[in-house]
Amino acid sequence: MRIALLTDIHGNREALTACLDHAGRSRIDRFVFLGDYVGYGADPVFVIETVMEHVARGAVALLGNHDAAVIEPDPRMTDAAFTALDWTRGRLGPAHLAFIKGLRLSCEDGGRLYVHANAYAPGEWGYVTGLYSASKSLMATTAQATFCGHTHVPMLFHMSMTGKIASFEPVDRVDIPLTARRRWLAVIGSVGQPRDHHPAACYAILDTARGILTYIRVPYDVDTAARKIRDAGLPIELSFRLAEGY
Amino acid sequence: MAAHDLTEGQVIDGFRLDTALDPGGMANFWRVSRTGPAGTDKAGVGADFPMVMKVPLLRRGEDPITIVGFEVEQMILARLSGAHVPRFVTAGDFEQPYIVIEFVAGTSLKTLLDKTPLPPEEVAAIGAKTAYALHDVHRQHVIHLDLKPSNVILRDNEAVLIDFGLSRHDQLPDLIAEEFEGAVGTGPYIAPEQVLGDRGDPRSDIFSLGVILYFLATGERPFGEPQREAEWRRRLWRDPQPPRRWNKGVPPWLQEIILRCLEIDPGDRYATAAQLAFDLAHPTEVALTRRAARETRDGIGAVAMRWFRARNARPARRRNVAGQLSRAPIIMAAIDLAPEAEKLADALAAAVGRLLATEPDARVTCVNVLKTARLALDPLEDAEGRNPHLQRLIELKHWARRLAVASDRITYHVFESTDPAAAVIEYARNIQVDHIVIGARGSSTLRRYLGSVSAQVVAEAPCTVTVVRPPHQVGQSAAA
Repeated sequence: MRIALLTDIHGNREALTACLDHAGRSRIDRFVFLGDYVGYGADPVFVIETVMEHVARGAVALLGNHDAAVIEPDPRMTDAAFTALDWTRGRLGPAHLAFIKGLRLSCEDGGRLYVHANAYAPGEWGYVTGLYSASKSLMATTAQATFCGHTHVPMLFHMSMTGKIASFEPVDRVDIPLTARRRWLAVIGSVGQPRDHHPAACYAILDTARGILTYIRVPYDVDTAARKIRDAGLPIELSFRLAEGY
Repeated sequence: MAAHDLTEGQVIDGFRLDTALDPGGMANFWRVSRTGPAGTDKAGVGADFPMVMKVPLLRRGEDPITIVGFEVEQMILARLSGAHVPRFVTAGDFEQPYIVIEFVAGTSLKTLLDKTPLPPEEVAAIGAKTAYALHDVHRQHVIHLDLKPSNVILRDNEAVLIDFGLSRHDQLPDLIAEEFEGAVGTGPYIAPEQVLGDRGDPRSDIFSLGVILYFLATGERPFGEPQREAEWRRRLWRDPQPPRRWNKGVPPWLQEIILRCLEIDPGDRYATAAQLAFDLAHPTEVALTRRAARETRDGIGAVAMRWFRARNARPARRRNVAGQLSRAPIIMAAIDLAPEAEKLADALAAAVGRLLATEPDARVTCVNVLKTARLALDPLEDAEGRNPHLQRLIELKHWARRLAVASDRITYHVFESTDPAAAVIEYARNIQVDHIVIGARGSSTLRRYLGSVSAQVVAEAPCTVTVVRPPHQVGQSAAA
């Protein structure tokens, strides 16, 4: 089975469309959305409705911290994120809100764990940014592979049978075998707001039969997505950062 | 079930264990065959070659390098292809992990060690095959990092590299570096920078191949058989005895090649295995330096200085395999020496000069083809009693003077052929040329009917081709 993993779309219609186009050419059997459909970007309705359509056809969709903050504002968020969510709330209808309220924090699927932020406290939204937080997450689950998002920086952590943990920066379109004698924590980069100084959208494909994970960078129309953010009157820095990829 | 409980005739995931092979230090090996038709197993590969199953010996308390090395091999072999590695069939897990790969029938280099010293020509031939195999693997982003005679198998006319358990793929996680703090390798063969923990330099494999060549040519190991890691460090300051000290039959060109491979600083070795293979295949072209004439090792002063530096040595920054290779290409300049092509020759020199300016480790091979009417029937001398072959060689060297390339980085070849384009293409393929620079003489009615040499080279060459034209002059036809 080939699974497309998409996360942190953040209302970016252009980036999501580009990734789904690529996935459409990649013989995908199942879609897994790891959360954060809204916030930052100017097309929250399009993104939520696209994800809802996929869920209706069997996709998995999880809750992200920005989605949760639509329902219950999170005072820890940055001003720009807070402002963008205020704006987003005014755009969503009852069906969209009901969809968000129905989302789960995590999902286990045959030795794989899907979660937005981490495995140790999914609802507290701690970031997996280094070996320490990665080890906390790896220790908190028995799943052989965990897939999460939240940091907007693609990264692959792995733990050997002897308990040694290491990280790896995945290379665009290089097949990585997730060997069976090791446990893996894959942080999938962001579709809608990459922060690794590379503006192209990021998603990943997992081939379960071959045990191979492939990170993919997809170029998209950044200018249009950025212009829509400005036109919507959202904080201007949210538009600039798309071109820089940070 | 443990590896040593396996029995003949047992079937694992569609593979029947036929016969047990000699066990290696870290794994059991079985010749296997499919129980069903090819393509029905989980690999889905229609393999019709002999196969072997490798099952690592995982016992309680076993050295973790067995486990991690096996993971690494599984990762890397699945990514490699071509004639110089065993073909990967599948990997699996039946309480024990295993991999199934092509069974490589041939002669292990290890079996030749009893017959050392070997004649220089044989050492060079084996070395060239192994270097080509290394280059093929390096081009696929992999550094072997445990090259030794037991990991090289000579099959038909080429070398096959096996056992990638300590290898590094520069686009995949380096499981070995992450699991082990110190140096990982095999004492007699490990490169100095590997001793320091640098696992990112393809020139480490060139060092190990140098140790193998040294052994084959002299019957001696240049650094002995150190067991402890602390002893491995010695090669950071102590250079080996020159091979001719053990065997006077080692010609200067072979000593030059071997000692260049064994240079302590990777920057002083061959930049790529393809460049090494080239020298091994062209002994008369090897540019001899002080290395060729050495009778003794370095004096105490030089050694003391290196020792002092090595005390605080840290591995250099991580390099990128493909990057190292692309900085050290082999460039072929195919030169037309006809008198009317002088402007074209100038333009060719300018184009080659630009490539050399951006790729300082590049190597240039200048080629000219003497077109003969029929092979071997033309007289060896022209009407004035000159040897046209030698004459071309002189002109070729004259042309290249302006490139100001060091003599160890440039070679000259004149071929005789009825088909110049085919000769250029065949040579480019044989020596793994990365980039051909060739001139186009412009268009003429005759050329349109017969086709041009450059067009044929562009169409059939195995690498990048740059076609150079002389500068356009006002008033000339735009079709030139």
